[in-house]
Amino acid sequence: MTAISHRAELLAGRYGFRHAARMEWIKLRSLRSSVWVLATTAAGMIVIGIVTIAATEAPQAAAAEPVDPLNNLLAGLILGQLLIGGLGVLVVTGEYSSGAIRSTLAAIPNRRLLLAAKAGVFGAAALVVGELVTFGTFFAGRLALTEAVARPGLGDPGVIRALVLFGVYLAMVGLIGIALGAVLRHTAAAIGTLAGVLFVVPGVLAGLTGTTVAKFFPTMIAGNSLAVTEPADDVLSPWAGFAVLCLYVSVALAAGGWMSARRDA
Amino acid sequence: MIEVRGLTKRYGSTVAVGGLDFDVRPGVVTGFLGPNGSGKSTTMRMIIGLDRPDAGTAHINGTPYHRLAWPLREVGALLEARTFHPGRSAENHLAALAAGNGIPRARVRAVLDTVGLSDVAARRAGGFSLGMSQRLGIAAALLGDPPVLLFDEPVNGLDPEGVRWLRGLVTSLAAEGRTVLLSSHLISEMALTADRLIVIGRGALLADSSVAELTREGRSLEEAFFELTGDSAEYRGNDHAQHRRTR
Repeated sequence: MTAISHRAELLAGRYGFRHAARMEWIKLRSLRSSVWVLATTAAGMIVIGIVTIAATEAPQAAAAEPVDPLNNLLAGLILGQLLIGGLGVLVVTGEYSSGAIRSTLAAIPNRRLLLAAKAGVFGAAALVVGELVTFGTFFAGRLALTEAVARPGLGDPGVIRALVLFGVYLAMVGLIGIALGAVLRHTAAAIGTLAGVLFVVPGVLAGLTGTTVAKFFPTMIAGNSLAVTEPADDVLSPWAGFAVLCLYVSVALAAGGWMSARRDA
Repeated sequence: MIEVRGLTKRYGSTVAVGGLDFDVRPGVVTGFLGPNGSGKSTTMRMIIGLDRPDAGTAHINGTPYHRLAWPLREVGALLEARTFHPGRSAENHLAALAAGNGIPRARVRAVLDTVGLSDVAARRAGGFSLGMSQRLGIAAALLGDPPVLLFDEPVNGLDPEGVRWLRGLVTSLAAEGRTVLLSSHLISEMALTADRLIVIGRGALLADSSVAELTREGRSLEEAFFELTGDSAEYRGNDHAQHRRTR
């Protein structure tokens, strides 16, 4: 009963992105589950990358296409995107299922601003993890490569670009997860949709129609356009693929912002 | 001061709240009474902007909730028992909210102390009992030291000591000149706590008067309530004994 009588001094101005982002940052790091998922994602993906790269065999002299060890190295990381994306989903849906969204919105009634803060904070964390994983796998994988395969170096053409963009890609999947969470509000529905978009649909399309449509799906862009030093002719170029991904993320987040502003909490 | 004008909310063809008008004034405890499903919670959710009204407005000191500069410093609300993530500690939950509205960190400790949760502040809130969850919700409402407070069924899950504590808290908040809106369907609790009453049924205003007026001529508040809400109870059980006789 002692604490309620002294009024906090009133600040000038009003709440903004900075406040919402500080709130989201405290929320992100105070959930042990999210910290664990990010840490195990990082560790698990690096291990997968090393295992994949260790299995890379030297190209036969007669092989028509030279092997791209970088692609093998990063392709192993494709599975990990579901963890980062799933965590992005939970950043939003976890609040709806627990009821925490009501206290969050009481503090930050501007729902688009709130979603922007969630995307900014989680996107930044996922970007750090994504780049750590990508570069970590690259350096560890180089050591695991058999003697017969030429080791790729950071200075080789396209390598830095592939590594940086792949790390960014992982963060972008996290943002798509956030957007799906905001649109669907249910964990299972959002993670199911995410898995469908990332794995099932492009897999089926690739089987039916080859790369014609499948090349526009995020996983295909990541594996065939971003994570290679020299993409094949029938897929998007790295920067075209990256531009398409940027478009997806913007549209998804805009839809999430629109939906959360429109619906009752 | 809360001003509600023509507030309306429909769910499909059902009118949850229909053209509600009332003021909640500072300095007194205003009780918000009505049968289950009468629209109390929907009204409170619209006041703090969680639900968007189909028509009408709810202003807090002249401003709609979503336009407030520092919402938690201007309005504190306890709407449902569990409005926190079960994996987060009470302290981190409040610290996040404080950061969101530029509230000094010291307030977190202060309100935890006020509601008696200091000893469990570092524990995962998911393990809290209903009563402890209510206390955490009350702590969140008090966090910004706001001049306007809304409590929806705050005594749910509180033990007798807690009920008495809450009664004292609510009364003293009003005595400090704050605006306090308190919903409950416990009429006896209202009789002890509220100075004024707003009674609604089926989303419409049935009474807006002082407790003294409603209980004049020796009528109990319960009798007055049933007289007012006689036709508007949405859900009504039947007499158990009578039910057996007809079988």
